Amino acid sequence: MSILSRIPWAGVVAIFVVGFLVFGVSYEQTAGALPDGNLSGAFSFFVLFLTFVMIYSIFTLGLNTQWGYAGVFNFGVLAFFMVGAYTTAIFVKPPAEGELQDYIGGFGDALNFAPGLQTDQWFVPLVGTLAAGIVSGILALLVSIPTLRLREDYLAIATIGVAELVRRIAIEETWLVNGTRGITGIPLPLRDLVSRGDEKYLKLAIAAVVMVLIFIALERAVRSPWGRVLLGLREDELATAASGKNVTAFKQQSFVLGAVIMGIGGSVYAYTASSLTANSFDHFTGTFLFWAMLMVGGSGNNTGAVAGVFVLWGFWILTLQIQGYDLGDALLIRVPYIREFVLGLLIVLVVLFRPTGLLPQEPRVSIWVERRVRALRAAASRPVAASAEAGGGDT
Amino acid sequence: MATIEAQPIPRSEQWRDYRRAAGAWLIGPGLWIIIGAFMVWAVFAERDAFVVGVVAGSIFALGALGLTLIYGVLKFGHFAHGDMMMLSGYLAFLFLSGFIVGEKPGDQLTILPVTVNDLPGADDPIWKFSFGYGLWVAMILAGAAMAVILVGLDRFVYRRLRVRKSGIVIFSIAALGIAIATRATILFFWGPSPRLYYPGIRERVDLPFDVSLLADQLFILATALVATAVVYWLLFYTRLGKAMRAMSDNPDLARVSGINTDRIILQTWIVAGALIAVAGVLLSLQVQLDPELGFILLLPLFASAILGGLGNPVGALVGGLIVGITQEVAVTLDLPLLGDVSAGYKFSVAFLILILILLVRPNGLFGAKV
Repeated sequence: MSILSRIPWAGVVAIFVVGFLVFGVSYEQTAGALPDGNLSGAFSFFVLFLTFVMIYSIFTLGLNTQWGYAGVFNFGVLAFFMVGAYTTAIFVKPPAEGELQDYIGGFGDALNFAPGLQTDQWFVPLVGTLAAGIVSGILALLVSIPTLRLREDYLAIATIGVAELVRRIAIEETWLVNGTRGITGIPLPLRDLVSRGDEKYLKLAIAAVVMVLIFIALERAVRSPWGRVLLGLREDELATAASGKNVTAFKQQSFVLGAVIMGIGGSVYAYTASSLTANSFDHFTGTFLFWAMLMVGGSGNNTGAVAGVFVLWGFWILTLQIQGYDLGDALLIRVPYIREFVLGLLIVLVVLFRPTGLLPQEPRVSIWVERRVRALRAAASRPVAASAEAGGGDT
Repeated sequence: MATIEAQPIPRSEQWRDYRRAAGAWLIGPGLWIIIGAFMVWAVFAERDAFVVGVVAGSIFALGALGLTLIYGVLKFGHFAHGDMMMLSGYLAFLFLSGFIVGEKPGDQLTILPVTVNDLPGADDPIWKFSFGYGLWVAMILAGAAMAVILVGLDRFVYRRLRVRKSGIVIFSIAALGIAIATRATILFFWGPSPRLYYPGIRERVDLPFDVSLLADQLFILATALVATAVVYWLLFYTRLGKAMRAMSDNPDLARVSGINTDRIILQTWIVAGALIAVAGVLLSLQVQLDPELGFILLLPLFASAILGGLGNPVGALVGGLIVGITQEVAVTLDLPLLGDVSAGYKFSVAFLILILILLVRPNGLFGAKV
């Protein structure tokens, strides 16, 4: 059973078509007539939209690993987001110079060990992304040590604390990541391959490739014995412990793995945004948004996590377009707050009325069992086919 | 038939047991000695920060008291607590002035036909305070409104989850959703820019022992004291308090003993609503009305509650004071390695306290059950 067959294709296509139409219409409204027609403008808007769907999907997949599969709380996605993004920036940028620039590291030049092989195009960003994952994972490990063996809400409050601490450090310590002045000019991987106008497609491709790789890896992981322990953990911790599993260790693994994925997401975000400013990160877009996306999409289901991003980010972007209409100032300045209210409300409504989200979790069996069943079915169907053939020969 | 021989306990495990026993004896008094020494040092070295810390701590104590009550009776971390505090501050502001944001972010729009400030002499400053008796009226109104809101939320959200016997994580996520919606509501009506109840210069008062603080801060301390006293009377000298403590101890036993748990839960929300409103108004008086503050406020509140032991009302009071004082004193420090501690780290100090206490004594200073 392949991953592709589990995606509700009709729904995806429907969302694409509707989204594209709305973009076309709204773009006409906001930008007026362009020389090369409105559709291309809308199209590039759509590419940007998809890029962010891919990036945010990485975060919800990470959150799903923690919350959806192991029931581990993380209200501080922002911490791992920021750590991932800034680690990447530090690793791929050349050392800081000039009056307005100040950040530690800047290993970009040192890592570019063989300029002839164009290592700055692929090796440096690769190291940057890996480092983002590792640093973020180490942070998660440190947080998990005092909190994970305690009640679930202790970890939640500790992760809020970490997120706030990371945010504060990024703002206050200007020597570290240049504070609110920000780090700009983070190079895009493989940038030399495309022309300047096509960079947006490259960004989409990078985000999509990373997302799909993580998706496939996670799908394998949750079908492994390891993943089934996590599921058992979420459903009934006591029973899992009683069957001889080290509950804390498994929770820790899922928490760290999720944080690594979030760090990688932060890294991809850094490449896409190409500049990071400390005060542009906040708890709402860094944590709450992902929770809403995961809850709406369906926690415990990787496809649902991606679908949730698609739906809610679509909602987010479409409501942005509303601001292009003439609604009067009083309503216009409040559109963002209505949007945030709807997200909060959605979380509550999902918890109350549809705890499974858009795409409910499917019953999972081990890949070994799946293979065995398939083999048995094949074995069972063969004699039937053979006898049918034989019967056909007889008449 | 196999015989079972007594295995000697391995040396390493023996040592572990000794260490645990020693730790249990040492950590408790040791923590108290460290905290006491820090407080004494702060009184002499950083007196101004200490006094401000006591003021902030009394507000945190009120907030943590509400948090710990909800936790004790309903058994979940109320993650909307900080935002609810901020909302009650804004509700008091609305009752006082009737203002919400108008067309442009700076504009003000009066939406209430009658406001508290319309009462005769309501905004004439009493003594050296920056406000009149109107603030008290507004605070009581905000408390009533908050009780209604919380009871309504319980009816529509938490009770459904209770009936379904959902896990505590589900409650917490619902609370997070409510927190997000609450914050958005504040932003919708009052906009993102911070506000004050009454602009103008605040008068200072000089107290003995070389202590000087704002008159408003004196008011905050006094109100917090009165509110705590009322809550303790409620908890330890009334039937309601007895029932609440019984539920906190053992919900099933409370139910079979004939306690109407549904009613106690509603009454808990009402008490918590009053506490949230008082804490929220006092906080807005001490700092300012700021929609972004609500979520971050969870850090000192939870740190206070966990420090005193979640579910332990006396602990919440002590924890709140310790967290408040430590926060204020810490940001005046000039540490040897890290240099000056910026005031922006205030809430991160609360987080560090939280992590420390979770490491050495997750049940809190008073060793409550978790």
